[in-house]
Amino acid sequence: MGTRRYQFVACLVGALALVGAACAPEEQKAAEFTPGPLGAVTVEPGAPIKIGLIQAISGDTASLGQDQVRAVEIAIEDKGGNLLEQHPIRTQVEDDLCKAEGGTTAGQKLAADPQIVAVVGSSCSGAAVPAMEILSGKGIVMISGSNTSPRLTSDLRGKQGDAYKLGYLRTAHNDIIQGLAAANFAFQKLGAKRAATIHDGDPYTEGLANAFGSSFKELGGTISLATAISKGDTDMRPVLTEVAASKPDVVFFPIFQPEADFIVKQAKGFPLLADTKKLFGADGLLSDTFIVIGQTEGMYFSGPATPTGATYQELVAKYEKKFGEKPIQAFHAHAYDAVNMIFAAIEKSAVKESNGTVHIDRQKLIDAMHATKDYQGLTGTLTCDKFGDCADAKIDVVQNTPTEKTIDQVRGNVLFTFDPPETG
Amino acid sequence: MTATGELAAIDFVPAPKAGPRAIRLGLVGGAVAVFVSVNGMVEAFSGRLLLGSLALGEALLLSVPLLIGYLAGRPEPVLEGFTARRPGWRNVLAGLVAGLASGVTLALFVVLVASFDIRGVFLNATPELVRDGPRILTFGLELGAGLGLLLGLYVALGGAGGVLQVLPGRFRRAVLTALGWVAGLALMQPAVAQVLRGIQQELRIWTAPLTDFLYDASGALSVPGIATIAAAAFCLQLLASRQHRKPVRTRLEQLPDRSRRILRVAILAAVLLLLGLLPQVIGPFLSEVLNIAGIFLLMALGLNIVVGFAGLLDLGYVAFFAVGAYTTALLTSPQSSVGVGWVFWLAVPFVILAAAVSGLMVGTPVLRMRGDYLAIVTLGFGEIARLLFISDWLKPWFGGAQGIIQVGDISLGPVQIRTPEAFFYVLFVFVLLAAYATYALQDSRIGRAWMAMREDEAVAEAMGVNIVTAKLSAFIVGAVLAGFGGALFATKIGSVFPHSFNVIVSITVLVVIIVGGMASVPGVVLGTLVLVGLPELLREFEEYRFLIYGALLIFMMLKRPEGFIPSGRRAEELHEQEVAQDEWLVAGAPETGATDADRDEPN
Amino acid sequence: MARTNLVPPGPVVGKRAFQLPIVDGFLWLVRIAAIALILVGATRSIASARLSGQQWRDLVVFGIAQGSVYALVALGYTMVYGVLRFINFAHGEVFMIGAMTGYFVTDGLARTALWEAAPFLSLFIALICCMTVSALVALLLERVAYRPLRGAPRLIPFITAIGASFFLQYTMASLFGTSVKSYPEVEVLTGSFTLLGFRVLRVHLLVIVAALVIMAGLYLYVEKTKAGKAMRAVSEDQETAKLMGINVDRTIARVFGVGGAMAGAAGLLFGLVFQNVFFLSGFLPGIKAFTAAVLGGIGNIPGAAVGGLTLGMVESMGPSLVLVGLGIPAAHQLKDVVAFVTLVLVLIFRPTGILGERVSEDRG
Repeated sequence: MGTRRYQFVACLVGALALVGAACAPEEQKAAEFTPGPLGAVTVEPGAPIKIGLIQAISGDTASLGQDQVRAVEIAIEDKGGNLLEQHPIRTQVEDDLCKAEGGTTAGQKLAADPQIVAVVGSSCSGAAVPAMEILSGKGIVMISGSNTSPRLTSDLRGKQGDAYKLGYLRTAHNDIIQGLAAANFAFQKLGAKRAATIHDGDPYTEGLANAFGSSFKELGGTISLATAISKGDTDMRPVLTEVAASKPDVVFFPIFQPEADFIVKQAKGFPLLADTKKLFGADGLLSDTFIVIGQTEGMYFSGPATPTGATYQELVAKYEKKFGEKPIQAFHAHAYDAVNMIFAAIEKSAVKESNGTVHIDRQKLIDAMHATKDYQGLTGTLTCDKFGDCADAKIDVVQNTPTEKTIDQVRGNVLFTFDPPETG
Repeated sequence: MTATGELAAIDFVPAPKAGPRAIRLGLVGGAVAVFVSVNGMVEAFSGRLLLGSLALGEALLLSVPLLIGYLAGRPEPVLEGFTARRPGWRNVLAGLVAGLASGVTLALFVVLVASFDIRGVFLNATPELVRDGPRILTFGLELGAGLGLLLGLYVALGGAGGVLQVLPGRFRRAVLTALGWVAGLALMQPAVAQVLRGIQQELRIWTAPLTDFLYDASGALSVPGIATIAAAAFCLQLLASRQHRKPVRTRLEQLPDRSRRILRVAILAAVLLLLGLLPQVIGPFLSEVLNIAGIFLLMALGLNIVVGFAGLLDLGYVAFFAVGAYTTALLTSPQSSVGVGWVFWLAVPFVILAAAVSGLMVGTPVLRMRGDYLAIVTLGFGEIARLLFISDWLKPWFGGAQGIIQVGDISLGPVQIRTPEAFFYVLFVFVLLAAYATYALQDSRIGRAWMAMREDEAVAEAMGVNIVTAKLSAFIVGAVLAGFGGALFATKIGSVFPHSFNVIVSITVLVVIIVGGMASVPGVVLGTLVLVGLPELLREFEEYRFLIYGALLIFMMLKRPEGFIPSGRRAEELHEQEVAQDEWLVAGAPETGATDADRDEPN
Repeated sequence: MARTNLVPPGPVVGKRAFQLPIVDGFLWLVRIAAIALILVGATRSIASARLSGQQWRDLVVFGIAQGSVYALVALGYTMVYGVLRFINFAHGEVFMIGAMTGYFVTDGLARTALWEAAPFLSLFIALICCMTVSALVALLLERVAYRPLRGAPRLIPFITAIGASFFLQYTMASLFGTSVKSYPEVEVLTGSFTLLGFRVLRVHLLVIVAALVIMAGLYLYVEKTKAGKAMRAVSEDQETAKLMGINVDRTIARVFGVGGAMAGAAGLLFGLVFQNVFFLSGFLPGIKAFTAAVLGGIGNIPGAAVGGLTLGMVESMGPSLVLVGLGIPAAHQLKDVVAFVTLVLVLIFRPTGILGERVSEDRG
C-alpha cells in the first residue's frame, strides 16, 4: 500500500512540476475566482493563451483557409505576440477539409484541449455545423471569417438558423445579403428582367444561387432557368444550350474554378450568351487565374466589399512581405477582424490576479463578443446581432474590363455597392 | 567489383554484376531524393523537428542513401542448390557506390537549382532549397562546402546501409527494429504524449514525466530519448530472437488444457478491460480517430462479405453507407422533410430495411454480370446515389446540397451519447456484432455457398448452390452493415451532407480489406487502423498524404499481396505459385520471368 | 468487325442466373419502365419546342465531340483489359499527364513565332510530345506496378492501380501546383462552320477527325502488323503465345505503350477543346472512359469507339431530351446519373455491352 500512496503522491508532484498548466488542478484558485456555468480557462503566469483555428488548408479549397491562417498570424504580430501584457498568443491550426466530417475531427481536437480560449473558423459552412455543436458544448467561442450560410445564424428577419448554437459569431456577410445585392444590381442597374442561375451542388453556391433567385423574384424579375452542373464537369455546352434557350438577360453562376472557366469559354459559342456582360459571377471567381481568361472581359462579379483605407493597405503590405504573394482570397480581412474581436473581448472579460494568473470565463467571453458594437475593423464598423452576425455587410459588384489587368484593379472597379437596410 | 567476374567463375554462381546494380539503385535513390526535393516535401517538413534538431525534411533526405545502401548491399539472390557468398566488404562497397550515385544525382540537381530558376515550371523548387534562407539542401552552407557535405553524408550513409548487410541476421533485424521504433515514436509524438498523459490521469501510473524525458518542447525526440528507445528496442528484439527460444505458440500448445482455458479467459478479460479503459486513456481526439476508423471498419466488414466471401467486386459500396446515413437523418432530425425527430434506436429497423431494399435494387440488375462489368456498374450506382442526394430534384426530401442537420444523438436510457469517448462504446458493440456475424456467416451454409461461388460460379451452381439467393443475400448483408456505418456516421457528425459520400469512400474501404487481408477479420481490423486511423494522426503530411498513400499502396501490394493478416486459405493460394516457381528453379531452367497467368482467381 | 475482339469467345455467362421468375419479372419491369419513361420524356421535350431544331442538332455535335475523347481514352482501357483482364485504374491519370504535357508544350510554343506561322505543325509537335510522354508513363507504370504482379489475383494489380492513380495525381499537383492551367488560344481552331445543317465548331471537327484517324490507325496496327498479331495471340492465350515464340512481356508492354499514346493524344485533344487542365482532370474522364469501354463491350476496339460515342451522346442529349421532358429541375446536374443508368440498362439488355462478344472470365 505504501508504494501505491508514494506513487500517487509522486504522480501529483510530477504533474505539477513537469506538466505545469496542463495538469494543474483548477480548484486551487477557486477561492478568488468563481467560473460561470460554461467554465473558465485559467492561464498561469507567462503561459500562452491558445487560439484554435479551424480552416481548410488542403484540397481544392486550401486557399480559402490558407488566406485566413495568414491573416491571423499577422494579427498576432500586430498585437506584439502577447495578450494581457505577458501571455504569448499561441495558435493551433486544424484542417477542416471543407467538409462536415473534417469539421467534426477538427472540433474534437480543439475541444479536447481545455486551454483553447476561442476558435477562428471554419472556412466552410458545411464544416461549421458540426464544429459549432462540439465547441458550443464546451462553451468555446467560435468566430468565422468566411462562413456565409444563413442557417448558421439567422435569416436576418429574426428567425434563428437551424444550425445556430450559442457561442457562434461571424464577420463574413450572410448569403442573403449577397443574394439581395446581386439581384438588386441585375434588376435595377442592368435592367435585367429574366435571369438564369447555375450552381454546382456546393452548399455555398447553391445557397447563393437560391438567395439570388428569391430576391430577384421579389424584385419583380423572372428566373428563366434555375439549373445546376456537377463538380468535375467539363462539357458545359449542353447546359448552356438550355440556358440560352431560356433567353435570360443575365446568367448568375456563383461557382468556382475550373467549372466556371469552362462556362465562360464555351459561352462564347452561343450567340445569345456571347455578350460577356450577361455573365455574372461571385467572389469565388475573383482570382488572378480567372480574370486572365479573355472571355471574362466585361463580366460582373459580386463579393464582399474590398476594405479601403490605410490600415488595410498596411495589412496587405505586411501580407506580401511575409508570404511573398498578394492575399490569395477575399476573406483575410474578415479573419483579421475576427481574431482582433477575440483579443478585445478577452481583454474585456479576463480577470487578472496579482501574480499574473488570468481567468477567462467562457460565458463572459461570449457575452463580450456579442456585445461588440461599432467595432472599427478593416471590413467596416462591426456590430454583432444576437445570432452572431457581426459583418458590416457591404457587397460590391465589380466589372472586369480591358483596362483591369490584376485582380486588385478588378476589385477596385466598383460599379455598385450594396449597403443593406437595417433589419430586425 | 573487378574481381567479381573471376570469383563467379570459380564459385559457379552466375555473374552477380554487383557494380551496375549498385549504380542503378543509386540512381533510383537519387531520383527519389530529387523528387522529394523538387516537389516541396523536404522544405515543407523542414519545420517539423523529428530527432533532436534534425527536421523531418532532412531526415527524409538522409533516409534515402541509408535505404539505398541497404538495398544495394543486399546479397545477390542465389538459385537453390548453390552456396550463397559470405557477406563481406563487397556489400559495404556496394552501399558506398549506391550512396555516391544518389549523392551525385542530388548534387547535380542542387547545382541546377543554384544556377537556373526552374520555378516557372516546378512550383516548389524554391530558392530556399539552395540559395536563400535556410538552404536546406546544402545544410545552410555555401554551395561548394554544402555539396561536399551532402556527398560525404550520402556516401557515408550508403556505406552504413551496406554495413547492415554484413551484420549477422539477428543483429541486423535488431538494428532495423530499433530504427523503426525511433522513427515511429518520433512521428507519432502527439498521440504518444497524449496516451502517456492519459494513462497518468486515468490509472494514476506515473507516465507523464516519461513524455518530457522522451520529447523536447518542440515535439522532437530528445537525444536521451532516442538512445533509450533504440537501446530498448535493440535489446528486446535480440532477446526475442534467441535461437533456442521456442515460439510462443508451441509453448502454449504444451500447456495442459485447463491452464490454456484459464489463460484464454484471462486474455479475453484483459483485452476487454483495456478496451473499456481505452477511450478514457486516449482522450477525446484519439477516440474520435478511433471512431472514424470504427465506422470504416463496419463498412469494411460488410464489404469483406461481398468481395472477400462472395467474390462480387463492388465499387459503389458508398451508396449503402449514404442510404443508412440519410435514413437516420430523415427519421431522427426534426428539421428533415419527414420531421418526426425519432430517437436513434427507432430509426435502426428502418435503416436495416432501407439498406436491404437498396441492396436488392443494386443486386438484382447485376445478377448476370461478373467481374469487371460488376465493378463499373456498382461504381455507377454509387455515383447515382450521391447525385440523387445532392440534386435539386430531390431537394424537398433530402435537402440537396444543404444536407440534413440536427441529426439526433444516440441515447441509452437517460444518457445521451455526445462525447467521442462514449460513442466509442456504442460503436464497439456494433463492430463486435458485425465481426460475430462475419464469423457466423463464414461457417454457415450460405457462407460456404458464397465461397463456392467465389471460386467458380458454374461449378457452384452445378453443385446445387442457388446463385440468385447467394448473390442477393451477399449484397443485402453487405448493405445492412454499411447502412449501420452510415447511421452511426450521421449521428456522430450530427449532420449529413451529400459531399461525404463520394467514390473515394468506396475505394478506401476496398483498399482496406485487400491491404488488410481479404476474407480475414483481424486483417480487416488492422487494415482499417493503419489505412484510416494513421492518416488522421499523421496530419503533418497534409498535402502529401495522398502521394505517400499511393506510393505505399503500390509498395505494399508488391511486397505483401496477401495483405497484413491474410486468411489462411488465401495465403495458400498466393504462395502456391511461389512453391511452383521454386520447384521450377530447382529444376534449373535457364530463363527467368515466367508468368503463370492461369492461377488467376475468378472474382 | 468482331474479329478485332481482343477477348476470345467463351462459355455463355448469362441465362443461368434466371431461376426465379420474380427476378426475371423485375428486370422486365425495369426495361419496360425505362423505355416508357424515355419515350414520355422525349415526346414531351420535343413537343414543348423549348429547343429549336438547330439547338438539338448542336447537342448531337457536342455529344459526338465529347464521345470522341471518351473513345480515345477508352481504347487504353479496352486494350489492357483485352490482354490482361485487368482494369488499369490509373489510365485516367496517363490521360491527364498527356493533357498536362500538352499545356506545357503549347504554352511554350505559343511564345515562339512557329505558333502563328505554322499552327498545325505546332499542334503536331505537341501531339507527338503528348503521345510520347503518356506512353512513357504507361510503360513505367507497367514495369513498376503491374509486371511484378502478373499472375496474382486480379484485385491486387487493381489496388496498385488505385495507388498509382493517387501517386500520379499528387505527383503532378506537388510538382506543378494545384492551379488550373489554361491552354493558349489556337487561332485556326476558333469559329465554326455549317455542314449539312449541323453547326460544327472547328475544334470539334479536329477532335472528331483526329479520333477517327487514330482509331483507324490502331485498328490497322492490331489487325495487320506482326506486333498486332502478337497482341491478339497473347490475348487469346499467353501460354500458347509464349510457346509460339512471342515475347509476352514485350507484347504486354507494347499494349501499355500504345494505350498510353492514345491517352496522350486524347489528353491534347481534351486540352484543345476545353482549354483547361489540372491535376484532377483525369479522374472523372477516366471513369467515364472505362464506362464507355464497358458500354461498348470491353476488350473490343470498335466497341470502345461505339461506347464512347454512345456515352457522349447520352450525356449531351439525355438531360435535355428526357429529364427536362419529365419535369425534373436542374437536369444537367444529373448528367452522370443518365450516363450510368444507360450503362445499367444496356447491360440488362446486353450483358456483354453493345458490341461485346460473350466474355469469358474463366481464364485470364
